[in-house]
This record gives sequence, C-alpha cells and structure tokens, in this order.
Amino acid sequence: MSSAGPSRRDNKPISLQRTFSWQRLREEVIRCLLFGCALLSVATTLAIIFVLVTESLVGIPPQTAFFQDVSWREFFFGTTWTPQFAEAQQHFGIAPLVCGTLLITGISGLIGLPAGLMIAVYLSEYATPRARSICKPLLELLAGVPTVVYGYFGLRFLTPYVLIPFFKQMGFSIYGFNALCGGIVVGIMIIPMVASLSEDVLRAVPSSLRESGYALGATKFDVSARIVVPSALSGVLASFLLALSRSIGETMAVAICAGNSPNLTLNPFASIQTMTAFIVNVMQGEVVAGSTLEKSLYAVALVLFLMTLSMNLVSQIILNRYREVYQ
Amino acid sequence: MALVKAFTQFVDPPTGTTTDVAGGGASVRSPKIETSQMGFFYGTHQALRDISLKINECAVTALIGPSGCGKSTYLRSLNRMNDIIEGTRVTGSVKVDGEDIYAKDVDVVSLRKRVGMVFQKSTPFPKSIFDNVSFGPRIAGLTNRAQLTEIVEKSLQQAALWNEVKDRMRESAMALSGGQQQRLCIARALATSPEILLMDEPASALDPASTARIEDLIFELKQNYTIVIVTHNMQQAARISEITAFFCQGRLVEVGQTKQLFTNPTQKETEDYITGRFG
Repeated sequence: MSSAGPSRRDNKPISLQRTFSWQRLREEVIRCLLFGCALLSVATTLAIIFVLVTESLVGIPPQTAFFQDVSWREFFFGTTWTPQFAEAQQHFGIAPLVCGTLLITGISGLIGLPAGLMIAVYLSEYATPRARSICKPLLELLAGVPTVVYGYFGLRFLTPYVLIPFFKQMGFSIYGFNALCGGIVVGIMIIPMVASLSEDVLRAVPSSLRESGYALGATKFDVSARIVVPSALSGVLASFLLALSRSIGETMAVAICAGNSPNLTLNPFASIQTMTAFIVNVMQGEVVAGSTLEKSLYAVALVLFLMTLSMNLVSQIILNRYREVYQ
Repeated sequence: MALVKAFTQFVDPPTGTTTDVAGGGASVRSPKIETSQMGFFYGTHQALRDISLKINECAVTALIGPSGCGKSTYLRSLNRMNDIIEGTRVTGSVKVDGEDIYAKDVDVVSLRKRVGMVFQKSTPFPKSIFDNVSFGPRIAGLTNRAQLTEIVEKSLQQAALWNEVKDRMRESAMALSGGQQQRLCIARALATSPEILLMDEPASALDPASTARIEDLIFELKQNYTIVIVTHNMQQAARISEITAFFCQGRLVEVGQTKQLFTNPTQKETEDYITGRFG
C-alpha cells in the first residue's frame, strides 16, 4: 500500500475545498493587472468614439451637437467650407476637405503603392541576403523620419526646386502650396510601410510554388509577377489599404506642403486643405468653446475616423481570408 | 509459342552485355542523360561524389537509397534546380543529349523546358485548373487561346485527369483532392512538352489508390518520356522501373536492371538496404 508510491509525510488527504491562499491572491492580482492593460486601449477607443459622437451626433443637454446646429444636407452635400468666417458667411460643406484628402491619398497611392510593392518584390525575390541586410535598415530609417521633416523637405526643396521649375516649363501654373507636393511626400512616407508589410506576405508564399514555377521554365520575373504576387494578392491588397488609411490620416506633412485653402478641386497644382490639416489649423488658432466651429472639428474627426476605420476593417478581413488559403 | 517469343523480342529487344546495364539495352542509342564523375557541394559540404550514370531514353530509371543519400540532390541537379540554393557547386559533367548543361552558355530556362519536374508535395498555383496547366506554355509566350486549350486538354488526358476536371476548368486547383492535385502537377509539367520528366517521390504523400493511378500514369508516360524517379518505396521502384540506381552516402553504389538489382545485387550495401537491414 504505502510502499507502492512515494509516501506523504502525514496521511491526511489533500482537501479539494477552495481556501484562501497568498498564491491564489497573487495570481488573481496579476490577472487583473494584465486585463487592465488590455482594457486601457479598448477604453481609450471607446472614449474617443464617445466624445466624437456626443460632440457631433447627439449632444448631452444643455449642449447641442454639431448636427443639431448644422443640417446633414449642408454638411455632406454643401460645396463650401468656411467655418472660420463670420456667422453670416459660415458654410459647413465638407466636400472640399474630403476632396482634398482624397486628392492627397490618390497621389500618394500612385507613388507609394507601386514603389512599395516593387521594393517588396525585390527584397523577397531578388535581393541577396547581403543586399537585404543593407536595404531593410535603410527602409526603417525612412520610416523613422518625423513627418514634419518630410513636410519641410516638400515645401522647401521639392516644390521650389523640382516641381515649380518642371511644371512651369510645361506651361502649368503651380502654387507654392500644392496638393501634388503633399501627395508625393506622403507617397514616399508610405513606401516603407507597403514594402515591409508586402514583403512579409510575399515571403510567406511557400517556396515549393516558386520551385514549381522555375521547373516549368519560368524566369525570375515570371515567378515573381505570375506566381508569388498573385498568390499573395490579398495580403498585398491589405497592405495597400493600411497604407492608404495612413495617408488619409497623415497630417503635418500635408498641412505644410499643400496649404490650408479648402478648394473643391482635383487640380494637383492648386492649394487644398485636408480634413486633418483643417483640424490642426483650427486648433492652432483661437476657438470659442461650444461654438459651431469647435463642434465642426469633431464632425470632421468623426468622418475621418469612419474612413480609416472602415479601411482598416476591410484590410483585416482580406488578411484573414488570405491566411486561410495557406493553412 | 515461337510467335509469342518473336513478339516479346520485338517489343523488348535483348539488352546488351550485363556490364553495360546502365546503358541498358541501348548500346545502339546514346544515353539521354549522362553524368560522369559528377560531384556536388552545398558550400563546403560534399553531398555527391563521383557519380557516373547513364540514363536511357524512354525508360523509367528509379533512384533509391536511404534518406540523405543524395538521390534528390542528384535528381535536382539534372535540371539545375539546385541553382536556386545559394552556394551550391557542381563538378564533373552532366550531359543531356550529349550537351553539358552546366556549360557557361546554357540557358537554364530552356533547359528546364526540356527537363520537367514533379515534386513530392503537390504544388498547384492558387489559380484555376486551366491557368495551372497552361502556365508553362503561357510563359513561353503562347497566347493563342485555341492552341492553349488544345495543349491543356492533351496534357490533362495524358495525366489521366481530363475526365474528372473537364467540366470545371475555371475552378480553383486548390479545390482538387491530393491525388488529383499531383496529377494536375504532372499535367502542368507535361504541358511544356519536356523530353525528360524528373519525379521526386511523386506518390509518397498519397493514399494507395492515388499512388496506383500515378504508377499507371508513369507506365503510360514512358512511351514518350525519359523518366527519372526518386522513391523510398522499393516495391514501387520494382514495379515501375527498368533500371534502378542505389545511392548511399553521396555515392552511387550500384546500378543495374531493376529485376537484377533486387534479386541479385552485387554489392553488400545494396543487399543490406533492399532486405531492410539498414536505412
């Protein structure tokens, strides 16, 4: 009996009843602490949504919300954005800001997405380990440059020394503040993001697929363009969407390069104002608390939030679907 | 009886001398593939040494041996797939139709069009069945839809897959079963109309029924293709091949008529391996 197993000192059976112990208390405290940290980010998001909603959609009495002062119709379909004017000429049509934002996003996408993807293909398919070890840190360096510096580079170098001489010669009239410069600068900014996210998904393509391609007489370009990129397409698209949502939200560089004139235009040589640039611009000036101008900040922020949120969600969905393919 | 004998002689001409088994039955024909004193290095590690082997046209040659013996490395060096791996090096010579494929002026892309390959794991591209099979001809520059359709149909028929997929050419190849995917990969390799087909354990991940189908297929294909197959399954080697080569520790230990090698091996190592005493 007792000789069979390792014998316990006393023969009292261990009670299975839950009793207090320091060990259990410690476990509980740690669990709560970790949960609290996780909760913090969720709570912050919820708080932001709460503020955006109460300031723009439904006010907490006696305060009124933005859309209780300004009609939906004017906000979404009006074409003039002059919230900083005196009350008589105050118009809250968000179209110029959305248009300016999309113009910047479009130009940055045209530059950043192809360049980022090509860098990703180079890093994952062509580069020797040595070249990779040089390129990757350089890209990270590019990602680490503060956005203000990009903006300053655009305003003080790109516009006066590259864009103005070039387009003047071609007969375009181009302003010192212009959307093109903002778009280019943001495009350069999203390159590292596209490159590193896309490279991850390209490298995740099983090498057996590449070998099969080579065995069929494919060149390196055939394999990259017809097998690897199509196989990772959803991942690449997700990285594109994430990058675009970043360029929608980009603030400082655009505010510096593209100016602050809410024009409803798709002319890349004109000065425009983006949603983020508007918010910065108003915050820097004096805003009367509780004024419609102040509330308009929240309405614009809400629109911006919804735009980036939906893009992030879509890219998340695409990424999840992509993962399923290779399981 | 005499007629039967004459007939078997006609389809199966008597082989040359037993010392020339590697050139097997074809002292009149030059070998399709010939490696002489070939060595292979991964960096400084020598994976193959002094491999001299002749492989016949329109026959199945099986490469057997314990894991890590270099048989896959040897197979992959026949269409220069090892080029993809950094730091590999080949010594000696590897000739296809008498041409040294490691010579400076050889275009690897054209070489691989002539020497196709099927891998252990089926690797359908995440595209439609049609796009999978037409991949090879397309990258070779063929755009004519009718011609592509014809090639796809013929390749799928050769791979004994046509009847199962002819109504679902637009569907994703990923939806096929494991055995079907492997036959699809064979069809894809055949679509570039290679002369030589290298197979690296093509049936090792398949169930017995699918394996039998692949073996039947290999039996059919050897009419027109030179087939070199790596296999761990000795019954399979015995069933499908004319010539078997036994590799061990990077060396070619013995090569001969399959029947001969399995029933009456000349080397002790071969005997130990095929009787299951090691490996």
